[in-house]
Amino acid sequence: MAEAAIEVRDLTVAYREKPVLWDIDWTVPEGDLVAIAGPNGAGKTTLLKAIMDLLEPSAGQVRVLGQPYRDVQKEVGYVPQRGSVDWDFPTNVLDVVLMGLYGRLGWFRRPGQKEREEARAALRKVGIEDLANRQISELSGGQQQRTFLARALVQDATIYLMDEPFQGVDATTERAIIDLLRQLQREGKTVVVVHHDLQTLPEYFSSVLLLNVRRIAAGPVEEAFTDENLRRTYGGRISFIGAPQGETG
Amino acid sequence: MELLSDLFVALFTDYTLRTVALGSAVLGLVSGALGTYAVLRGQSLIGDAISHAALPGIALAFLLTGSRMTLVLLLGALAAGWVATLCIMQVSSSRRVTYDTALGLALSVFFGVGLMLLTYLQQTAGAQQAGLDTFLFGQAATLVTEDVWTMAGMGGAGLLGMALFWKEFKLLSFDPAFGRSLGLPIRALDVLLTTLLVVAIVIGLQTVGVVLMSAMLIAPAAAARQWTDSLGVMVGLAVLFGILAGVSGALISSVVPRLPTGPTIVLSVSAIVVISLFLAPRRGLVWRWMRERRSTRQHPALRMVGEEGR
Repeated sequence: MAEAAIEVRDLTVAYREKPVLWDIDWTVPEGDLVAIAGPNGAGKTTLLKAIMDLLEPSAGQVRVLGQPYRDVQKEVGYVPQRGSVDWDFPTNVLDVVLMGLYGRLGWFRRPGQKEREEARAALRKVGIEDLANRQISELSGGQQQRTFLARALVQDATIYLMDEPFQGVDATTERAIIDLLRQLQREGKTVVVVHHDLQTLPEYFSSVLLLNVRRIAAGPVEEAFTDENLRRTYGGRISFIGAPQGETG
Repeated sequence: MELLSDLFVALFTDYTLRTVALGSAVLGLVSGALGTYAVLRGQSLIGDAISHAALPGIALAFLLTGSRMTLVLLLGALAAGWVATLCIMQVSSSRRVTYDTALGLALSVFFGVGLMLLTYLQQTAGAQQAGLDTFLFGQAATLVTEDVWTMAGMGGAGLLGMALFWKEFKLLSFDPAFGRSLGLPIRALDVLLTTLLVVAIVIGLQTVGVVLMSAMLIAPAAAARQWTDSLGVMVGLAVLFGILAGVSGALISSVVPRLPTGPTIVLSVSAIVVISLFLAPRRGLVWRWMRERRSTRQHPALRMVGEEGR
């Protein structure tokens, strides 16, 4: 039995007394490639942020690699939603990737030749090394996503938390990202991905957490990703529930 | 031509002009550099809130110490501006009040208290004598060498802080959530950067005044953004534009009779902004217009669409 990479206990998060996450219990085993799925407003991003201690929970606790997040933050690579930043910021791709090393560099030190090499290597892994000096305002959606992935890769973390990395990217990038996720899994990394596309979910991921404020179901895709659970997660609002049936069965 | 060479000579020989030009240059330098972050973080209005909020600090510093020393008054302004920014951060982080509401509240409450204190002082202690009312609209002519040293000292500290935390401030401006995931104390960095902004604003109060000071924070950086896509170059250009506006404002107001220095500096920097908005390559309006014309000329179909649009 693998150890727990992430352990969430009785987690409740509320904005203005309205619960966004309610009493979540969830364990991610080490080396798992797991998707978080659920309708809009289900608390998927909030869960990622609560794991990284970016917001204060009303109740409950989170352990990462058995410890408080603060003690293991170097082991966690975060890929925020692409739309969460201003891509008109005056900087280039390599510079954004270097930001992944700021925690390790420490105060007052600037990235040097060694760090630049590492950043280039990370860009190579996501297939955009040639864009290193490109202004970030000139990137396509897929290239923006690859830049963010490279920024997390350069951290050389053991756990990756990714918020909708497939959102609005072209088919080539989607292919490249899923290859990268599999590669990370082969290297023994734990990868948690907020994922919207129920059609591709069973193909891309080995485990799933179905979330709608409460935990609806969690576990290996074969067990948790059932019609019944999807209906309970999305209510009656989902029309293509039948489609992934063959893959889940 | 003779006027220009006379001015140039006066810049080095005339004590008042030299002092005012130097002070304005320091103010342009510091506010240009630190204003870059205010512009990039979409916090352009915070300068306005801080500068207005500094007024009660100036009055209180005089009331408590009875001193007219610029350093004492500016330290009072610094304290009040700093308290105001903490209030803004605290109130807006509660999520019940939006950021712009918090800004508006802090601006009007602090400025109101400042005006009240100023009126009280004018009736009792004679604030006119102390020169406190000059902080409202600024009066560059009151600058003496000592003031310029005070400004340079405070500004130097601000720029040093900016250099030391260069990469952290960059990350704070671009992607604070990612910064926090790395374990950086983003909230403390936010307070530090805003404190440096307060320093930059306080430096300009005597010259430009609380009412117009925020322009010196925003305008040089906004103009610089038009010309470059690199943060380092942007800071450099904003510094250059700030100094240029400060010195040319001082010179112009010394030549034209009854032209106040502060507003002239602000108008100079505004001119730089307008020129940049139109002429900067790629981002400038003129270039965009030329590019559109060229592309519609190449594609007759597009031209028809374009004409239809009009």
